[in-house]
Amino acid sequence: MSLRLQIHDVSVVYPGQRQDQNVTALSGVTLDIGAGDFVVALGASGCGKTTLLNLMAGFIRPSSGVITLGNYNSQLPVTLADGELRDQVTGPGAERGVVFQKHALLPWLNVIDNVAFGLKLRGVGKGERTERALHFLELTGLAEFRDHAVYQLSGGMQQRVGIARALTNDPHMLLLDEPLGALDALTRERLQELILQIWQRTAKMMFFITHDVEEALFMGTRLIIMSPRPGRITHEFELDFGRQYLACGSARQVKASPAFIALREQVLGIIHGDEEAA
Amino acid sequence: MSLLDDKQRDAVLRTFKQLGRARSARPGEQYGAPGNGSSGWLSLMTVIALFALWQVATSAGWVKPLFLPSPEAVWQQFIEVSQEGFADATLLTHIGWSALRVFGAFVLALLTAVPIGIMMGVNRIARGIFDPIVEFYRPLPPLAYLPLVVIWMGIGEGSKVLLIYLAMFAPLALSARAGVRSVAIEQIHAAYSMGASRRQVLVHVIMPAALPEILTGMRIAIGFGWTTLVAAEMVAATAGLGFMVLSASKFMVTDVVVMGILVIGFMALLFDLAMRWLERRWVPWKGKV
Repeated sequence: MSLRLQIHDVSVVYPGQRQDQNVTALSGVTLDIGAGDFVVALGASGCGKTTLLNLMAGFIRPSSGVITLGNYNSQLPVTLADGELRDQVTGPGAERGVVFQKHALLPWLNVIDNVAFGLKLRGVGKGERTERALHFLELTGLAEFRDHAVYQLSGGMQQRVGIARALTNDPHMLLLDEPLGALDALTRERLQELILQIWQRTAKMMFFITHDVEEALFMGTRLIIMSPRPGRITHEFELDFGRQYLACGSARQVKASPAFIALREQVLGIIHGDEEAA
Repeated sequence: MSLLDDKQRDAVLRTFKQLGRARSARPGEQYGAPGNGSSGWLSLMTVIALFALWQVATSAGWVKPLFLPSPEAVWQQFIEVSQEGFADATLLTHIGWSALRVFGAFVLALLTAVPIGIMMGVNRIARGIFDPIVEFYRPLPPLAYLPLVVIWMGIGEGSKVLLIYLAMFAPLALSARAGVRSVAIEQIHAAYSMGASRRQVLVHVIMPAALPEILTGMRIAIGFGWTTLVAAEMVAATAGLGFMVLSASKFMVTDVVVMGILVIGFMALLFDLAMRWLERRWVPWKGKV
């Protein structure tokens, strides 16, 4: 038995000024994420990707439907014992780490104290805190910047601090909200590879939001494509490119393979179709 | 026949053109950034020029000493009041009483207004209760409610400190509240998703994030304090810089009036420099995130 996050028929409605101005951000979303899953969400802006992530993180609750996080063997739908819901997600928790697009580091703490922040909240002593934080700084290649102020770092380095910080808490699940969106192409590819290597090493559940098709195909084991008005999952693909990269070690070779290009064109077709329909 | 030759006319035209739009910036400067360049030298020159003008205007007899005493006379009074005193107290005693009132009120305001301001920022009940009170009395001039304060507290130290305290409370509370609002929601979400409790978010995220605004509020508040000091010392004071200036003006001792004003200005300037130093030490990230 291992931890699964299950989302069952979830809708989110943001209230408008009047009843008929309500905005349905998500409609009838069902998703089952288990150990080792790397789910990538792709879609145009306004399709509810971030709303879905906020639901998983526990920052907002669904207008209808159920989200559970617990040890289940069964597949969907969530088993409801006598109408009572067990393991429902009712708020944020340390077992679900979040990596934000930006603005989430604490500028009054230096790099290592930012990374060790979660441990400090849990009352871990200074020595152990530093040791564990340093381990993840080494993993993300930032060990020599441990005493720098975070606002002196480049955008890519700040994102690596954010990833190291989330990992230091040892969450079961990592929720990443367009973590590489603001970075240049080269840094972006390096961090894609880094995140895949971390995933391989730690086998955490991953949920990764992006609006970049190539990134989406490269990163995940499962791709969900979302459409706006109302936000919903329209397509799902199984992916293997991330594992291919981890096996062969050459990201360019994977991204240049005919299978990758064919799927990329198919996915681009779907997304462009969505935008023309809108 | 023209007043200027061609070369001069070109220079004039070029100057006007530069006024219209600046030339390319030097490397390291931002083109078009408002207020580019350093202003320290100009400020120093202004101060020197003002002193020179003061010196010339008084020694040449342009203004009567009754209206504007000479720098030497003011300096003389500074030495004299320091040693002999004015209105039964030496300068140091005057400074001491005023500083005690201003900084005493400042400490009281810090201890109350900052927590209340933070509560107004994080808690809708606290905001609902304190908002109308603070917003109503904030724009009132302290002189307007001074009589009421005297009726309530009498003419002792209490009313003086209370008046200064009230003048400082609003800017401190409002800056703390604004500071709370300046925290990025991602920072709060990040802390919660690392397992923080509400108290931990308040202590480890919201309060540090509010610190830059609170420090700015402290600078504004102490300015209000010095402003209100003279009003506070109008009522039955026996010492204090404001009292010294007021009683000197009653006897037309203008050099003591000017000396008192300069001393108050210097005290405020010293405090402001100290606060800026603290800002650089405590909140080096300010404006960089």
